[in-house]
Amino acid sequence: MLPPNPDPVLNQPITPALVKKHGLLPDEYEKVREHLGREPTLTELGIFSVMWSEHCSYKNTRPLLRGFPTEKRGATANFGRVLVKAGEENAGIIDVGDGWAIAFKIESHNHPSAIEPFEGAATGVGGIIRDIFTMGARPVLLTNSLRFGELDSPVTKRLLRGVVAGIAHYGNCVGVPTVGGDVYFDRSYEGNPLVNALCLGTLRHDQIRRGKATGLGNPVYYVGAATGRDGLGGAAFASKELSAESASDRPAVQKGDPFMEKLLIEACLEMMAVPGLVVGIQDMGAAGLTCSTCETASRGGAGIEIELDRVPQRESGMNSYEVMLSESQERMLVIVQLGREREIESVFEKWDLHAANVGTVTDTGRMVVRQHGTVVADIPTSALTDGAPVYQREARRPAYLDETSIWTPEGAGLPDLDLAGAQAALRALLSHPTIASKRWIYRQYDHMVQHGTVVLPGSDAGVVRLRLGESEKFIAISNDCNGRYCYLNPHRGALIAMVECLRNLVCAGATPLAMTDNLNFGNPYKPENFYQLKECVRGLAEACQFFDVPVVGGNVSLYNESPDGAIDPTPTVSVVGFIEKEEHITRQFVRAPGARLVLLGGAPAELGGSQFLGIVHGKKTGDAPAVDLPAEKRLQDFLLAQIRAGLVGAAHDLSEGGLMVALSEMLFGPDRVGAAADLSGLAAPRLDALLFGESQGRVLVAVAADDEAAVLAAAKAAGVAADGIGSSTGDGKLSVRTALGELAWPVSELRHGWESSIETAMKRPGLS
Amino acid sequence: MNIAVLQFPGSNCDQDAYHLFATGLGVPTRYVWHKERSLGETDLVVIPGGFAYGDYLRCGAIARFSPIMGAVHEYAGKGGLVFGICNGFQILCEAGLLPGALIRNRSLEYRCLTCDLAVEDAGPVFNTAALGRRIRLPIGHGEGNYRIDAAGRASLETNRQVLLRYVENPNGSQGDIAGVRNEEGNVFGMMPHPDRAFERFHPSRDGLAVVRTILSARFPKMIRRSA
Repeated sequence: MLPPNPDPVLNQPITPALVKKHGLLPDEYEKVREHLGREPTLTELGIFSVMWSEHCSYKNTRPLLRGFPTEKRGATANFGRVLVKAGEENAGIIDVGDGWAIAFKIESHNHPSAIEPFEGAATGVGGIIRDIFTMGARPVLLTNSLRFGELDSPVTKRLLRGVVAGIAHYGNCVGVPTVGGDVYFDRSYEGNPLVNALCLGTLRHDQIRRGKATGLGNPVYYVGAATGRDGLGGAAFASKELSAESASDRPAVQKGDPFMEKLLIEACLEMMAVPGLVVGIQDMGAAGLTCSTCETASRGGAGIEIELDRVPQRESGMNSYEVMLSESQERMLVIVQLGREREIESVFEKWDLHAANVGTVTDTGRMVVRQHGTVVADIPTSALTDGAPVYQREARRPAYLDETSIWTPEGAGLPDLDLAGAQAALRALLSHPTIASKRWIYRQYDHMVQHGTVVLPGSDAGVVRLRLGESEKFIAISNDCNGRYCYLNPHRGALIAMVECLRNLVCAGATPLAMTDNLNFGNPYKPENFYQLKECVRGLAEACQFFDVPVVGGNVSLYNESPDGAIDPTPTVSVVGFIEKEEHITRQFVRAPGARLVLLGGAPAELGGSQFLGIVHGKKTGDAPAVDLPAEKRLQDFLLAQIRAGLVGAAHDLSEGGLMVALSEMLFGPDRVGAAADLSGLAAPRLDALLFGESQGRVLVAVAADDEAAVLAAAKAAGVAADGIGSSTGDGKLSVRTALGELAWPVSELRHGWESSIETAMKRPGLS
Repeated sequence: MNIAVLQFPGSNCDQDAYHLFATGLGVPTRYVWHKERSLGETDLVVIPGGFAYGDYLRCGAIARFSPIMGAVHEYAGKGGLVFGICNGFQILCEAGLLPGALIRNRSLEYRCLTCDLAVEDAGPVFNTAALGRRIRLPIGHGEGNYRIDAAGRASLETNRQVLLRYVENPNGSQGDIAGVRNEEGNVFGMMPHPDRAFERFHPSRDGLAVVRTILSARFPKMIRRSA
């Protein structure tokens, strides 16, 4: 037994009720006792509860994630090697050549944002930035992936306003540009918004740092902000469903200080640049001091001893349970080479930050924590990490799929559009917040700081110039996931998330390099939810294998449920692509009249899962669009070859809203062009499916009139369907000939609806 | 020529400003840490954008007490060239080196976008002859709403101290003012970012023309119309 603690609170006996309150099952508690060979103290119970939460342990998802490819088959000695793999460290790292690499990862902050949107989203950004610079990388870009309920509800407006302001508050102040993102509005996210934030950083291979505690006797430093009672047990909080009582969990939401983070970035990068000074480093994110100490020790195959009295604290009287479980932000743990303490301290003095020597690396394999001279925890580190339980959950195909998967418009007797209906439908789709311009959002984010943003938010992918020593390289990044497809067909929906993300990158002129994913799902203990999770992971793994895009890291967020039920399954993917030459960078906007418009991939023909069905008919049904991986690859390879040959003036992928939305969006660039298209020659079973269906593997490109014949011939040779459907014009109109007759809209009117929709919904009287 | 770019805790456009001068103009440029008390030999002091001291209390309110600001006052007092961009402009206003103050945008939201700006005839170096009538520069700020009392405003206008005005006011600034100079004409400040308008892929390259114009107060050969 550990010695009794003089503090009666810490000394209380562990009752079944207390175990339950910590989110541990009776079986799990038995395992805790086995690992310790005795009853745990309250502090130890708290430590196990956060380390064995889904958030830290992946206990319900680990077996599934093994299907992800973690290496790039096509890597060469100088490009594409995965240098730090998924799951090894805080973020994966991939070689981009000439001794340089990128580190990137996406992470969720869904539950905190549901309770307190501003701080929840802000600290989500802060956390993901720390995951990147702890690897030794300088953060150079952020993106985010957001999901909300429909924007007609006051709750959603409050959440959107708070989340966007929180991301802006944090990202703008730390000086990392937010260069892109994706946002969907759908009832299934009502009350349980998704806030996934991604950060990418650059570093030289020799700058890679690991979260490893090694070297007997090396001092353990705590740097950054002082510890308070905020965010107590946040990781455990993230691992349960939201309920009416969740608001009382508000102390589990942390408060961010982006200024502190900025100082921490600069101080840590400065410290890590000193050769041999830093042995290991890890941020204190979820489960704070607990997770960072036991994970570093476990990775290093060592032990660690810490003395809580030396931890900088901003509140008095904090007991060991509170100090160990606090999720105060902007803190890092650093293992320093013995004898060089003065060097690290002087760096942190320069930046006016705490750097406290709080412990030592040992060879016991145990994590020993002392406070006021008493041992409050003594746990084998492996029990907390590798010793966490792993479950194979039961999966059951949800019953609703029996209905939705066989739904067809013909079977349901859904009338096709007439001309007037088509005329109105395009307006309705363009002004729905999911499709409408996200300018109201991204103009609040500093997307230009660091002066490397090449393609600003609002195109298919964000493009950024990386300054790597004396050289420069261009990368593209895109996020994707249509939860509606994943709800209707989890496997296919996940495939689509990947292929669409890749298509976006190819449209920007990039070759896809590597992926990070954020799996947002409901409670995995419900077999239907687990089925969705399992099928989505299978889909992602399959697409990653097929396209040779390794997964370099990610995050799992389960229990995304409100009292109304689970969210649509949302396996958000974010892929980074590499652009060989600056002149390959392609945007989605048609720049001048007289360009020819070519549809690649054939006429769309499916209605299932479309935004059209949702927005015009109020239905979320049908099967998700079909995916043909080889055809998708042919299309993407062909498009990239045409871009590299300099033949493509603009490229835009067909996604939500289908052909007509894609065509309209291509006209919403800076040059105010119109277009005339003739779709009457395209084979289509229905007009609505042709105009607004979301069949996959389609891209619309603009090419010079002189090049059209060559592009069509090359497409034929490559086995890619290609149809010249019209031209850009100078008359300011979008006119479309269909088998039923002529459709026409003033582009300015379409654009106004698309541009002002979110802005109008979010308008506050008196402010502009 | 030697350009000094100040670094405060929380400066985050320091590298942008550095590259504007070092890469964009190709002139020798160096950083000066805020805890220094001397600027060293320099021809232009640049206070870059960012969130010095997190903009806590009020933007620029703490930074103006940094040790280096003593040297900046002395340098400006002797006629040395000082240029504040965005947060740098806010710091110069707080330090009393430029008139007026910057408060929260009227929208209460941060704004990042590219603005059309009308160039004012603001004296021998900063004028339409040097820059043309219109330039385009990005902005990125939450507190760029320029305020000044009536007497101050009148004297700004009379002395032709306004450098730039927004064509479409993004933040509620009085008189659409985007940038001003001091009466003597050696201290310049503006919310728009020339340091985001110099690379071939930037929304414009007017940032180069702006800094050439400012440098021409000391190096008359720098005057050149922007490309």
